[in-house]
Amino acid sequence: MPAALPRIHERTMPAIRDNIVEVRGLSKFYGGFQALKEIDLDFPEGELISLLGPSGCGKTTLLKMIAGLLEPSAGQVFVKGKAVTGPGPERAFVFQDFALMPWATVLRNVAFGLELRGTPKPERHETARRYIAEVGLAGFEERYPHELSGGMRQRVGLARALAVNADVLLMDEPFSAVDEQTRRKFQEDLLHLRRVQRKTFIFVTHSIEEAVYVSDRIVLLSRRPGRVSRIIEPDIPRDGTPDEIRRDRRYLDTVEDIWDGLKQFVD
Amino acid sequence: MMLFGYRLPMMSSLLVWCLIWEIVGRLDLMFLIPPLSSVVVAMVELIQTKQFLTATAVTLRSFVVGMVLAIVAGVALGVLMGRFRAADRLLGMWVNLFVSAPLSALVPILMILFGLGDATIVATVFLFAVWIIALDTQAGVKHISGSLVEMSRSFGASQRDVYLKILLWAALPEILAGIRLGMIRGVKGVVIGQLLVSVIGYGELFELYSRNFLMERFWALTILVFAFAILVSELVGAIEKRVEYYAGVRQ
Amino acid sequence: MAHISVPNNEVPGWIRWAATRDHTLLWRLLSLGLFAGAWEIAGQIPINYALPPFSQTFMAFLGMVADGSLIGAYATTLQPLVIGIAISAVLGVSIGVLMGLRPMAEWLAAPVFVVMQAAPMAALIPLITFVYGIGMTSKVLAVCVLALPVIVLNCYKAVRNVNPSLVAMCKSFQGTRWQQVAKIVIPDASPLIFAGLRLGISAGFIGIVLAELLITPTGIGDLITYHRSVANYAEMYATVVSIIVFSAVTVGGLQRVELTLFRPEKREIA
Repeated sequence: MPAALPRIHERTMPAIRDNIVEVRGLSKFYGGFQALKEIDLDFPEGELISLLGPSGCGKTTLLKMIAGLLEPSAGQVFVKGKAVTGPGPERAFVFQDFALMPWATVLRNVAFGLELRGTPKPERHETARRYIAEVGLAGFEERYPHELSGGMRQRVGLARALAVNADVLLMDEPFSAVDEQTRRKFQEDLLHLRRVQRKTFIFVTHSIEEAVYVSDRIVLLSRRPGRVSRIIEPDIPRDGTPDEIRRDRRYLDTVEDIWDGLKQFVD
Repeated sequence: MMLFGYRLPMMSSLLVWCLIWEIVGRLDLMFLIPPLSSVVVAMVELIQTKQFLTATAVTLRSFVVGMVLAIVAGVALGVLMGRFRAADRLLGMWVNLFVSAPLSALVPILMILFGLGDATIVATVFLFAVWIIALDTQAGVKHISGSLVEMSRSFGASQRDVYLKILLWAALPEILAGIRLGMIRGVKGVVIGQLLVSVIGYGELFELYSRNFLMERFWALTILVFAFAILVSELVGAIEKRVEYYAGVRQ
Repeated sequence: MAHISVPNNEVPGWIRWAATRDHTLLWRLLSLGLFAGAWEIAGQIPINYALPPFSQTFMAFLGMVADGSLIGAYATTLQPLVIGIAISAVLGVSIGVLMGLRPMAEWLAAPVFVVMQAAPMAALIPLITFVYGIGMTSKVLAVCVLALPVIVLNCYKAVRNVNPSLVAMCKSFQGTRWQQVAKIVIPDASPLIFAGLRLGISAGFIGIVLAELLITPTGIGDLITYHRSVANYAEMYATVVSIIVFSAVTVGGLQRVELTLFRPEKREIA
């Protein structure tokens, strides 16, 4: 169990959930430079957990190691109890730069994960269409990525990750490449998605407001080398309009508190 | 590429190929390929013969004259096309045509116009090199932001100053890149020209050696010419690197 | 264009029209016209007794088309060209892609092809002739020797410049190495691979012309050499111009095809 660190606005925990992802003693060296140092973390199933920290703190590195895209220098990652040796069907990754194939239609892009698994065409196209509709892009199946806006492209990436029906969705600063209004809309969509899907979301962001707004749990990382600095479970009200929530005392206090803690790392 | 944990430098596999050459030569697999060691021996002998030295002088002279002409004409042409849209529209299509055309087809024409001597070779080198220099110079000049020119004007620069002090320097990275490629093409030009004329310089030597199957000498000469081409290209490349640092900040 | 400050209604309409459009075709025709004109004048003076005027050259060209000698020559020349390009393409793309994917292949092969591209390979053509005779084999080899390095190096660069994010995406969905290559690397590298093939074809033309001038002439080379030997300078010039134009048109046409196949805007995303 991670060390008991000061928490703010801690709510009483309901029944203990299983940890779907467990990180033990994870370290990453690049030559002589240590990017991550002995990370120990638990990710309970069904929660939305953010990895938050200043740039260079290794949050994307950590996410990619959970995804199996990077090999740790030391330590291990366990998903559903099994050690991670590479990417797996129970995890899906959403990329910061969308990583869409420019030569393929939206439909083919969304169906790509299933295509790689060998799912027959009619079946995977049907699944893809369903998720395209779910992210609100119905009617755009035959378009190409260059015809879409940044926000739409990210939704394609999200639909692709949802289509493979993974248990854990890993998102690498998914909203950083879009404008502010779209970003807020995406945060709402993400919350809605979380209510509808029974998945675990692990989410990398550098925006404190975003982390506090969407997460059940925030893991704060410090840098040089990357270490777990704090774990916060924001206790903000979920009733009310988004604007009301963003003006709520508890929301603002949480954001301010985290900012105080991170200020020292800004150079 | 890594071997036993050590990173191998880029061109180091050439050593392996040299070794293979030596082995193939020793095993006498193809009479065309003598062992590398005997080629090197022949090279050392060759450099000292009068025949070679005369041929080198002839070849080098044509190359240098042709290249100088190509650089002057190419840069001038490129600056003209870069600064004046009319020049670009009139001349651009010719430059683009000739930069990838089979220019060796023009050599017979050069032969009847200039005879079977040095002049033809100089013309060949010129024609092979000038187009890429012009094209790259044009690209360099086009990259220059208009405000650089305005700035110099506002400090009272004359037209000549603008060209010599601003444009040429600002476009220098591309000009050097063009010259580097032009040099490589120039070497090809001098070899092709001499091969087709076949009575002067290295062309004559190549012809002589291959006809008489003097393979060691043939390969020795080939290596020397190849090495010259690469040396000259690397030299210009080194100069290019010195100027590269400001290539990114000219906007 | 000089800046003339004149109220708009004083400038004749046609000048205004001329000044505001691009008129690429018009400029090209004008340029061609000026060139032909200059050639005609130079030939009529004459600057050099071996320089026939443009009109004479053009008539010679028509004559050779009419009597079939030009077409026949092209038929002969194109054979080794096409065969050589085909071999170079298959071999070149395979080697280049392999070099891009495997560090061992890259380390072994890169210096060889870099040297081949920079060096005057023409020097080897007489040697090729002495080994393989004066027939088709030598000419095909000459084409290959010039086209192969260009194709290999371009394909290698194409594969190395594949978007790493796309490859990571494929891995994240558990794509096998084969799937990564077939579904991501090759499609992403295709535009540059095609550009390399186009450049290779350009080099191939250079190779075949060289081969036909250095080895016993056939086809176009034969026409050039023959007409030179009997001092039919107009015919000789016509042939030379025709091969240059033919090469330019072919390669230019390929560029158009390339642009339609791989619309650049489709690729302009992160």
